[in-house]
Amino acid sequence: MKYIAPSSVEEATSLLSTSPSAQVFAGATDVVPQLRAGRSAPELLVDLKKIEELVAIAKDDDKWTVGAAAPTANLTEDEAFSGEFPGLSEAAGLIGSDQIQNRSSLGGNLCNGSPAADSVPAMVVNGARAVIAGPNGTRVLDVAEVVTGPGQTSLEADEFIVEFELDRMPARSGDAYLRMIPRTEMDIAVVGAGARVTLAEDGSIEEAVVALGAVAPTVVRVPDAEAALVGGTADDETLSAVAEAASGVCNPIDDKRGTVAYRKQVAGVLAKRAVLIAIERAEQRNGSK
Amino acid sequence: MAITEENPGYKWVGTRPIRPDGLEKVTGKAQFGADLMLPGMLFGKVVRSPHAHARIVSIDTTAAEAMVGVKAVITGSDFPDLAANGAHASDIDVANNAIAREKVLYEGHVVAAVAATTRDQAEAAAKAVEVTYEILPHVLTVDEAMAEGAPLLHEGMITKGVDPAPEEPSNVASKILHERGDLDQGFGEADVVVEREFTTKPVHQGYIEPHAAVADANSDGRAHIWCSSQGHFQMRAYSATVLGVSPGTLKVTAAEIGGGFGGKTVIYLEPLAVRLSQRAGRPVKLVMDRDEVFRATGPTSGTRIRVKMGVSQDGKITAAEVWMAYEAGAYSGSPVGAAGMTAIACYDIPNFVVEGYDVVCNKPRVAAYRAPGAPMAAFAVESVLDDLARDIGMDPIDIRLANAAVEGTQASYGPKFPRIGFVETLEAIKDHPNYTADLGPNQGRGVAAGFWFNAGMMSSATVHINENGTATVVTGSPDIGGSRQSMALMAAEELGIPYESIKAVVADTETVGFNDVTGGSRVTLATGAAVVDACRLIVEDLRARAAKTWDVEVDQVEWVDGQAQHVDGSQPPLSLSDLAAKSGRTGGPISANASLNSRGVGAGFSTQLCDVEVDPETGVTRVVRYLTAQDAGRAISPDYVEGQMQGGVVQGIGWALNEEYIHDQDGVMENPSFLDYRIPVASDLPMIDCAIVEVPNPAHPYGVRGVGEVGIVPPMAAVGNAINDAIDVRMTDLPMSPVRILEALTEQSD
Repeated sequence: MKYIAPSSVEEATSLLSTSPSAQVFAGATDVVPQLRAGRSAPELLVDLKKIEELVAIAKDDDKWTVGAAAPTANLTEDEAFSGEFPGLSEAAGLIGSDQIQNRSSLGGNLCNGSPAADSVPAMVVNGARAVIAGPNGTRVLDVAEVVTGPGQTSLEADEFIVEFELDRMPARSGDAYLRMIPRTEMDIAVVGAGARVTLAEDGSIEEAVVALGAVAPTVVRVPDAEAALVGGTADDETLSAVAEAASGVCNPIDDKRGTVAYRKQVAGVLAKRAVLIAIERAEQRNGSK
Repeated sequence: MAITEENPGYKWVGTRPIRPDGLEKVTGKAQFGADLMLPGMLFGKVVRSPHAHARIVSIDTTAAEAMVGVKAVITGSDFPDLAANGAHASDIDVANNAIAREKVLYEGHVVAAVAATTRDQAEAAAKAVEVTYEILPHVLTVDEAMAEGAPLLHEGMITKGVDPAPEEPSNVASKILHERGDLDQGFGEADVVVEREFTTKPVHQGYIEPHAAVADANSDGRAHIWCSSQGHFQMRAYSATVLGVSPGTLKVTAAEIGGGFGGKTVIYLEPLAVRLSQRAGRPVKLVMDRDEVFRATGPTSGTRIRVKMGVSQDGKITAAEVWMAYEAGAYSGSPVGAAGMTAIACYDIPNFVVEGYDVVCNKPRVAAYRAPGAPMAAFAVESVLDDLARDIGMDPIDIRLANAAVEGTQASYGPKFPRIGFVETLEAIKDHPNYTADLGPNQGRGVAAGFWFNAGMMSSATVHINENGTATVVTGSPDIGGSRQSMALMAAEELGIPYESIKAVVADTETVGFNDVTGGSRVTLATGAAVVDACRLIVEDLRARAAKTWDVEVDQVEWVDGQAQHVDGSQPPLSLSDLAAKSGRTGGPISANASLNSRGVGAGFSTQLCDVEVDPETGVTRVVRYLTAQDAGRAISPDYVEGQMQGGVVQGIGWALNEEYIHDQDGVMENPSFLDYRIPVASDLPMIDCAIVEVPNPAHPYGVRGVGEVGIVPPMAAVGNAINDAIDVRMTDLPMSPVRILEALTEQSD
């Protein structure tokens, strides 16, 4: 097994196109356990952390750009980012432990393809886009379109994600992510729920996005919950509709971590709670960026 | 916080010095089981059964033996056939569990082992060992194993303890029975009777350090084993049995141990490493992966328990009926015996029947786990007692006080209790501010109590006085709970020299007299008593040497504050360092040995108070406040005593809320990792408040009872009772996981 740490995107893509069994990695927090367990045996490991764009975190007037391999600890410790996207920051701060978060990344969390990846529903509700590099240059794809099934992505073998783009959080908007685990940390989501809302000046809900993790082969949006929220307020009836819609879109499995019935019921509970937190945050971001 | 009956004015006993092993452990210097490297050492790998129950048709090792780097491959046929040699049944089970001969009885059962130059080569060779199995139907639980027509693990197993003995074999290894009084009359006198059925799942001890052993065999038949265990003399004895050699041919050195909790009192890797080393002519290291630890070591029993109890309106328990079946795993020996003896031992009950069954099934052979057998029985009994208290409107501490065993009570398992401290633990809880602290929404409070015998058994100690008057205390009890500090504190008290002047060490099997395992909460009691005896021999010797120096009778010499003093002050005192420096002129080196078979075990009791908050929408339970009161007899080292009290509670909270073995329908364990076998993490827990109760054990020189185990007995019931208080749902199946709680809440609202 060979290890190479290229210093540019071009170098990395050319390595990938010439080595069919190469595997890219960022923090290796998923790759190393998979290697140890004998679940993968690539001939070439390509370390993306030495490429500047891949670990950078930057913002301009329009958007944030987050390197796909940037340690999530850098994101959670970035006060400006965490102030603007508290839900996404908190989701990134749930991955593994403090030590893991010094290595783990949004790109790795997404491309590992786990239905339970915590940062993915939070990226989806914020409309994050992945900038993907390949032998013919770069393309941009909604994060929601990257994972196609457990462990599967729509990326070609010689492609990798360079960075994520997130439009700046508008006024009167907020995001949130909640997950259910039996413990308080060091665990994998049994259910995850992300929400983002934008309020109109009169306080009614203008836009809403709800997405769930760990309840289907990929992260799922909950359009009926979003429709129930838009144009109104989060009264009990609306929240019941949100919960019912969330439970309804679940297509979970029965396994050692939870039952189908449990996941459906708790997906509704967490969706409702995440919406309430997002609304509270939106109310606090009244007018300023 | 401690309640002390009398204060004898100890200078060192009861203090909190810095732990002697801390520096090496936090700097990574301490040598644990897997750390030893020897020149020319090979790496071994064990081949394990993928089936829960199968006959071994054939094992072909030729491909593995031919691989690069492979130096030895062994199977069951490389070990003596103990059954053919007429060995004792329990020895045959130990041997067959170490490596299977004819049948594999659980997924993870060892069938072969290899040794090779590198770890990768060993792993590849292990995969190349070809085992042909005839898969047999399996049984995973007591229900399946006891069912009519169940497949048998051991075709000749006739239930013991039943008269007349059954004619047909079964999976029930034995039956136990304890009876007193008249059950019908007792229930007739009751105003309220509650009967419930409970189940618990197998849970693992969860020690962080996986099993590891290094063996270096000589061509003369002798071998040296380094391993992490709770008793290297026990490892020597078991290994000798499996290998068919005299124990004296094996030398075992105890590595530092990263947790045992009972699970490291049995052998797994040691005889395999010796045989591989003999075949290869090189030292061999075997280390388990975490999944091997889960699949093939520990756990403790899954159980089914029924409890029926009655009380009169004034809170007196009039009768108790307990039926229990404990999984033994592949070979007989579940802790149902101890469960039967402990189940109602906290209480003075006039009429009872306690009946228990030891049941084999196709899971790893159970190993001891902290107060083996008692926690599951207490979960059932203490839950029912909580219901009874509610039904008659009585405070949960008061109902326990009304029935508590005290000095002179005939214990449910036979003898009369000497001085015990159960009542004092109940009072300590009632007197604590936690007992009346305000509860928030969705919060509830629960009480439960527990009993454990504590053990004595055999120990040896040697004390050497060094040439400058410091001392070395040598025992053969591996230190898993702070025994080096406790030994040094008691020696400091006896010798009258500072704790810092004493080094306590754990010696190998050739350097110190025999010691039984570090288990049964026995080391501070029994090994501690041996250390005290040896120190007293030293003091006698020192007084004689001072008398000789002063040319007076020995009864003119007293030993006070670490120095010899003449009774009338006519001589300048001689300190221990003075006497040590001149030892060559007074008879040579100063050293003493003491060996004993325990004197006077002191029973342990614990009462605990738990506050939980249950999220009624997700079923998640968080422990928000926890208090444990335990009778230590005397806390030699209060830091370590609190550590033991807290550790038992934390393991019990894990057992209560999330821990369980999950098997698929083929009998394959689905969660053999700490990700999916959920022991609590630090952030799951509040500070565990400790109330050390000290009701000294009259039979120990310092009043020690032993503190390692009883703390794990009450938590499952305490948590369950608190959940019941919070959401009015009685949980009868462990673990009380979010999924189960939400199911119970849904049923309740339907």
